[in-house]
Amino acid sequence: MLSPDDVKKIAHLARLNMDEADIPAHQASLSQILTLVEQMDQVPTNGILPMAHPLDATQRLRQDTVTETNQRDDFQSLAPQAAAGFYLVPRTVE
Amino acid sequence: MHTKTLTALSQGLHQGDFTSEALTAHYLERIKALDAELNSFITVTADEALEAARAADKLLAVGKGGPLTGVPIAHKDIFCTKGVKTSCGSKMLDNFIAPYDATLVTQLQAAGTVMLGKTNMDEFAMGSSNENSFYGPVKNPWDLKAVPGGSSGGSAAAVAAGLCPMATGTDTGGSIRQPAAFCGLTGLKPTYGRISRYGMVAFASSLDQAGPFTRTAEDAALVMNAMAGFDERDSTSSDVPVPDYTKTLHDDINGLRIGVPKEFLSDAEGLTPEVKAAVQAAIAVYEKLGAVIQEVSLPHTGSTVPAYYVIAPAECSSNLARFDGVRYGYRCENPKNLEDLYKRSRSEGFGDEVKRRILVGTYALSAGYYDAYYLKAQKLRRIVRDDFQAAFAEVDVIAGPTTPSVAFNIGEKTDDPLAMYLSDIYTVAVNLAGLPALSIPAGFVEGRPVGLQLIGNDFAEGKLLNVAHQYQQATDWHKRLPE
Repeated sequence: MLSPDDVKKIAHLARLNMDEADIPAHQASLSQILTLVEQMDQVPTNGILPMAHPLDATQRLRQDTVTETNQRDDFQSLAPQAAAGFYLVPRTVE
Repeated sequence: MHTKTLTALSQGLHQGDFTSEALTAHYLERIKALDAELNSFITVTADEALEAARAADKLLAVGKGGPLTGVPIAHKDIFCTKGVKTSCGSKMLDNFIAPYDATLVTQLQAAGTVMLGKTNMDEFAMGSSNENSFYGPVKNPWDLKAVPGGSSGGSAAAVAAGLCPMATGTDTGGSIRQPAAFCGLTGLKPTYGRISRYGMVAFASSLDQAGPFTRTAEDAALVMNAMAGFDERDSTSSDVPVPDYTKTLHDDINGLRIGVPKEFLSDAEGLTPEVKAAVQAAIAVYEKLGAVIQEVSLPHTGSTVPAYYVIAPAECSSNLARFDGVRYGYRCENPKNLEDLYKRSRSEGFGDEVKRRILVGTYALSAGYYDAYYLKAQKLRRIVRDDFQAAFAEVDVIAGPTTPSVAFNIGEKTDDPLAMYLSDIYTVAVNLAGLPALSIPAGFVEGRPVGLQLIGNDFAEGKLLNVAHQYQQATDWHKRLPE
């Protein structure tokens, strides 16, 4: 069973807010899911190679050449706040 | 016109029985009349559709059209469409106009299809009922009290209701096959890497795969010819030649070896007796068609849901880290500082199920837990794949139920995420192993469709469509339409 502090820590790592009032509900549902997940332990996996890609494919390489065009203006038009080619966020250095 | 299959519509367009403009206008009328109730579309692109239809008619008039020219379709709102909102069913992307097209969208556009709009879905493809959408739940055209399944619920409901003859979907743990089963459709999840993931909003990158919803296997073969293929923009795309899937539909299945996993018909996993009976009846049809039925075993079936609910949330927590309120998507009002900007944008922009999976995935990947969760799940993944390969040494395809029960009621499972997860028991193994599988209509329980699942070995889409088509030549479940 996860503790209230565990839940707060996970939420912070995931950059999600966690109201004190919601902690018990999250504690219960996350613990329930982890109990389901821990059924994996019933299967011994010593010496088994982990599988990251179903067909065991490896990363394909390509020539190191420029293939994309500059679309900065198009992309920045989607930003909540942008100016002079920069993405704007709240001031972090006073 | 909306009662015709895509194959019949394609013939009608080529013979000049009707124009693409008339066909497109007909579907748009139906969407207008019926979709306020069903809620299967998030965005309808009527003007662009009619314009594309007129362009298709010009090609058809001079005999230059291909098999899909002028055929109206819909895309799941997970595929980026240039200039058109791509929400992924989330408040986070409610304001997102994609700056480029997904490869799949480009391919189907190049094949001449006409996009009617973008369909509703569980937020970021996380869900099995389409109740997790920011745009509200979708109703099942067979029974408005029932869910259409998820996460591609809007695509399934739209095809079932005759609002389009084909729609795209994505399947990470069953999100094409389960809604196809619940809505009485043919839904194909191809081999991992068969269809490009470029421009498809990522949920769990090692499991995600796109595929079509159609009424028949014949229709699916026709659209798969346009959808499948190598894409250099997707580093996990498979560079395996694409056959003409329509060529093998009529192959004789006399002597075909069909394996039925004993674990898929055991009562332990919540399989209802009615679904079991329908699946057994479907298998009996294959026996009559000359197939040899054989019991096989997938001994780790019980561990597939636990392994899936580690890998999928872990990859989702990484993929969804990009939604930070800075570059695109939702940003909270008046952030106090950068951390507040991240936390409130994400907390306000994501729904409950997405947040739940991000938290599970974050925990599973956090320091000290990686080996016990993600690495353990990856090892199980290999065991699950080895089980399938052992079975495919004895049989050509595997058959069983797509889901333990028919569609449940809207609201029935919303308070119990675990019950919802456990209903993925027959579908997630296929994604873990990277295999192709499809669901086809195989009966009804109290007016709600039952799906038969067929699983093939790597790149055996042609074989699966052949086996499904032969069943559809001998049965008429797929011809029934909701009222």
